[in-house]
Amino acid sequence: MIIERRKIFYIISLILIVPGIISLFINGLNLGIDFRGGSIVNVRMAAEVSAPEVREALATVGLEQAEVQKSADNTYFIRTSELDQEQTKALLNALKNRFGEVELMSAESVGATIGRELSRNALLALGLGLVLMLIYISFRFEWTFGVAAVAALVHNVLVVVGAFSIFQWEINTPFIASILTVVGFTINDTIVVFDRVRENLRGTKRPDYLALLNKSILQVLNRSINTVLTAVITLLALLILGGATIKFFVVAMLIGFVVGAYTSICIASPLWYEIKKAA
Amino acid sequence: MNRTLSIIISAVIVITLGLLVFFLYKPLINHLDLGLDLKGGLRVVLQAQEKPGEPITDDTIQKALGILRDRVDSLGVRETSLYPQGNDRVVIEIAGEDDPEAAVDILKNVAQLEFQDEQGNVLVSGKNLTDAQARFNPNTQEAYVELKFDKEGADLFAQATTANVGKPLVIVLDGKPISSPIVRQPITDGNAVIEGSFDTKEAQDLAVLLRSGALPVSFNVLEKRSIGPSLGADSLEKSLRAGVIGILAVLLFMLGYYRLPGLIADISIVLYGLLVMGSMVLLDAVLTLPGIAAFVLSIGMAVDANIIIYERIKEEIRWGKTLQAAIDAGFKRAFWTIFDANLTTLVAALVLMYFGTGTVKGFAIILSIGLVINMFTALTFTRYLLGLASNVTKNTRLYGV
Repeated sequence: MIIERRKIFYIISLILIVPGIISLFINGLNLGIDFRGGSIVNVRMAAEVSAPEVREALATVGLEQAEVQKSADNTYFIRTSELDQEQTKALLNALKNRFGEVELMSAESVGATIGRELSRNALLALGLGLVLMLIYISFRFEWTFGVAAVAALVHNVLVVVGAFSIFQWEINTPFIASILTVVGFTINDTIVVFDRVRENLRGTKRPDYLALLNKSILQVLNRSINTVLTAVITLLALLILGGATIKFFVVAMLIGFVVGAYTSICIASPLWYEIKKAA
Repeated sequence: MNRTLSIIISAVIVITLGLLVFFLYKPLINHLDLGLDLKGGLRVVLQAQEKPGEPITDDTIQKALGILRDRVDSLGVRETSLYPQGNDRVVIEIAGEDDPEAAVDILKNVAQLEFQDEQGNVLVSGKNLTDAQARFNPNTQEAYVELKFDKEGADLFAQATTANVGKPLVIVLDGKPISSPIVRQPITDGNAVIEGSFDTKEAQDLAVLLRSGALPVSFNVLEKRSIGPSLGADSLEKSLRAGVIGILAVLLFMLGYYRLPGLIADISIVLYGLLVMGSMVLLDAVLTLPGIAAFVLSIGMAVDANIIIYERIKEEIRWGKTLQAAIDAGFKRAFWTIFDANLTTLVAALVLMYFGTGTVKGFAIILSIGLVINMFTALTFTRYLLGLASNVTKNTRLYGV
């Protein structure tokens, strides 16, 4: 039922992944200051002003290149290349001179070196984590399960990263945390499916892998759906009520969780079948 | 165990847990160590600038840390943390600072004070200072800084003023002249003042810098994040409320879908939440935005553990086992499923905890705590409660079959 239709799932996965990969090559990712370096100042004005007016004010201190984005409640995000202390002060004074009361909500400055280190460390840790999970699964199950599970993981990370490239959503450090969460959820979900396969395999002399996989998937289907449903409920609450700062952070997890539930059944299991067939 | 006793024990557990939540919820939330992204504050990463021939040693950084700590303390803020990172970096975190930008100025200045003559020769420097205090002159309505030199400094200053009577003595801070008073008469008592057009705040900041002494090296700001208190409070309040509503919705779902076991799941998830929060307080783990993500994931996995158990028990009942046998068999099987699923994730979390920094580490710590507690609550507490429940009623329809 599921395994027989695996070609359809492979096509669906290609549709999910390929545009993202193409977009990654063409547009890349919209890296925030955490990775690229730069400054971002968030201010709240006392009165309603327009973004062009803010830009004009910034031009008086030589910051005409600043990117100004209006957010709710008269708050503005001003993105620039990396500013030092004097320049930050000049920026604030320019706004105060023009608009009167200006509240500094946040000011962040990151050097480009920090960003490079951050991404390198995160990637290294993630890579090492994947290898160790592969070893653990091979030890507790069989190497074939490990390979299929890690392939499903890579699949999911690609879908989420691809979506962020296509929609050009900005990526900062919390994005790393959401990717890690997606990895954690996917591996948990996949292991539960494989655990049932392992159990059904026990004592079978010449297993019919296809029938066995279908049976196992059917047995854990209820659990898979309910688990992802409860996770989605919490994430939707965070998305709707959680405020602007965590929006994309939650969106990444939401995509990853839903796709994660899909992959553990429709991708990880068929992949394991292919490996088993080939071996 | 008989029915009455089971009912009594169940009631005691539920009431105790209810009381614990009621009395501990607020104190636990208040004792949680919040990250700067949630409560507002300042985080600065400074990198020492190496000069040719002067390598940066551990000693340099330790010395700089001491001086920076003095300066941070003088800001009068409650919670601060300063620590070295790598070989040449210092991380400073200050919670709830109202004017983070000004704090950065104070931290970053080297504060090398020099008294120079007209030719630019250095006659006395800040290393001979024993004290510096901001004062206010009510007659001129101006603030100034009063300096006290040590013995050597007093001698040097006496020589300098004697040699330059009638001429200006230039006071230079970090290479910038800040004032150049004319010497009227030799000063031999080791006291001096710096006057300029300071306001009170500037005079105070200068006094702080001079008291703490000059940094052994100059520092570059590598990273600076200041989150205003209103923004931090806003994210915290919204995230917390959203989290609570999300979890309540999940609890309702579990109750509606799984009936009696759902109720048991809800009780163990409440205990789980309490235990995780309690451990975070005990271990001084810092809750940041990524930490909230880890918490959400771990609650998800706690719910999942319950779902795995109940689905398994339902299967066993459908295969014709009695309730008691189904619960036993269900747990036996679910044990290894939950064990492997949680341990695989824990392997990854531990790697991230060990090798990750900042965001990644904060995430991994909370996730690891959650996974360990999850295995405990799901495999012991839930099981015990289910055993009690099966003594109370054997009606399998209550188990959603």
